[in-house]
Amino acid sequence: MGQLFTNIRKIKRNGPVFLLLVAAFCFFLTGFLVSGCAQDADPAPVPEQNGEESPANGDAEETLPDEFITLATTTSTYDSGLLDVLLPAFTEKYGPEVRVISQGTGQAIETGKRGDADVLLIHDRPAELVLVEEGHVTDRQDVMYNDFIIVGSPKDPAGIKEIDSLDEAFATIASGEHTFVSRGDDSGTHRKELVFWENAGVEPEGDWYLSVGKGMGDTLRMTDEKEGYTMTDRGTYLSLKDTLDLEIVLEGDPALFNQYGIMAVNPENFPHVKYESVLKLIDFMVSPEGQEIISSFQIGGEGLFFPGKGVED
Amino acid sequence: MSLLEGIIEAFSLILTLDPYLIKIALLSLQVSAVAVLLATLAGVPLGTFLGLKPRERTRFISKLLYTLMGLPPVVAGLVIYLLLSRVGPLGFLGVLYTPTAMVAAQFALAVPIIAALTMIGIRSSGKEVQETARTLGAGRFLTAWTVVRESRFAIFGAIVTGLGRVIAEVGAVMIVGGNIEGHTRVMTTAIVLETAKGHLELAVGLGIVLLFISFIINSLLYNFQGGGKGSVW
Repeated sequence: MGQLFTNIRKIKRNGPVFLLLVAAFCFFLTGFLVSGCAQDADPAPVPEQNGEESPANGDAEETLPDEFITLATTTSTYDSGLLDVLLPAFTEKYGPEVRVISQGTGQAIETGKRGDADVLLIHDRPAELVLVEEGHVTDRQDVMYNDFIIVGSPKDPAGIKEIDSLDEAFATIASGEHTFVSRGDDSGTHRKELVFWENAGVEPEGDWYLSVGKGMGDTLRMTDEKEGYTMTDRGTYLSLKDTLDLEIVLEGDPALFNQYGIMAVNPENFPHVKYESVLKLIDFMVSPEGQEIISSFQIGGEGLFFPGKGVED
Repeated sequence: MSLLEGIIEAFSLILTLDPYLIKIALLSLQVSAVAVLLATLAGVPLGTFLGLKPRERTRFISKLLYTLMGLPPVVAGLVIYLLLSRVGPLGFLGVLYTPTAMVAAQFALAVPIIAALTMIGIRSSGKEVQETARTLGAGRFLTAWTVVRESRFAIFGAIVTGLGRVIAEVGAVMIVGGNIEGHTRVMTTAIVLETAKGHLELAVGLGIVLLFISFIINSLLYNFQGGGKGSVW
């Protein structure tokens, strides 16, 4: 306690110094925080624009606001790597940086409805049309499509490779109680899968049906570990093929086409939506340039996406 | 890929200072450090205040703090998400899916830990120090400061425990940060993503960095618990 006494005397004497220290600490902290936020608010790097405060020369092509837009998309789109090619091309040409949040389609739709993103790129066409109808989104465009495939362990215990019809394949898996791993995350893929079970007249229930609640990559990995079957978009499968021991057991059934749409979150509901930049992005995606990038995107020599619209209305 | 291959690959990423990995690790540290600093500013005074009150009068709030210490991070994340979402009460701030939102979530996780552990530390010796300080003529502010100073090892322990919890946490920052590359992707969310994408060497590399940071944090904690031998004060 003697030491304590000295301490107190010391503090009494150094009171102002101590207060200064506290102030300095707070100052430092604020700086740290602000730098953290400022980093976040940093404008996107715009090529060929030399730091004019507000470029106002009326040329709409070159004067998009210096900003970022938030794109909510599905894990399958994101995991394929397409956006890593497509979005930088957009940013280079027009300026706005695109920040990508990858979620299941259900969550991405919810993100859009809540106004937490500016633009959606998803693949559940019926649900998208409902979103347009209800006024949650506008300017929807069919951007590209790919197809779903059924993959399974090379052992193929259910003999699906001998089957061409999706309905029959699903019925065979269910009746033989062969392990099937389902996304179970309310994603576009999951929603499609549920429709297919219904079409096959099967209730997907029981120990053989594993609903894992994960993205496509995780689901494929778990299917591999479980030596089961799963339904996947071709893109994610191709991009992960080398790290998996899974083969395509069924493809080509017309029901398996998978249409991707892009749409703006309705600026009438959410004034903060960066509508001008979003429209530019949508235009870019369906422009010859964007469509060319999509169709030439390959992994392991195979194309993943087909440009445009692949389904009938 | 075998675990061994993964570890070898991971070390080469770390040793070559792979920019993606470094950026993520730095963001992790920055977010968690800011969150814990703020949580310290809130939690230490609260813990000190409660620690100096008679035990009977803080029974309810103590129970509440202990419960919140075990708050599942995803629940904290969900609450912050609902608050910060554009349709939520703080939606006008527009900070969802930014590092600021992640700081908020980690702050919510760290405050109860820092406050509760500070309270426990102060209770063990604070009363005595408080009375002594008063006897020696210290005012209210000086008394409180003296109490904090005398319990500094317990308080450092509390802060470091809070840091250890938030930096290793994945559920909350995934929900409120959105795991956006280059902006809100931190070590834990990157590990989840890279595992899903099959980039296991990157996932393992990040895991090793996280373990290393955790080791440093726990070494500090160990020193504080030993009453500050080899102390940093």
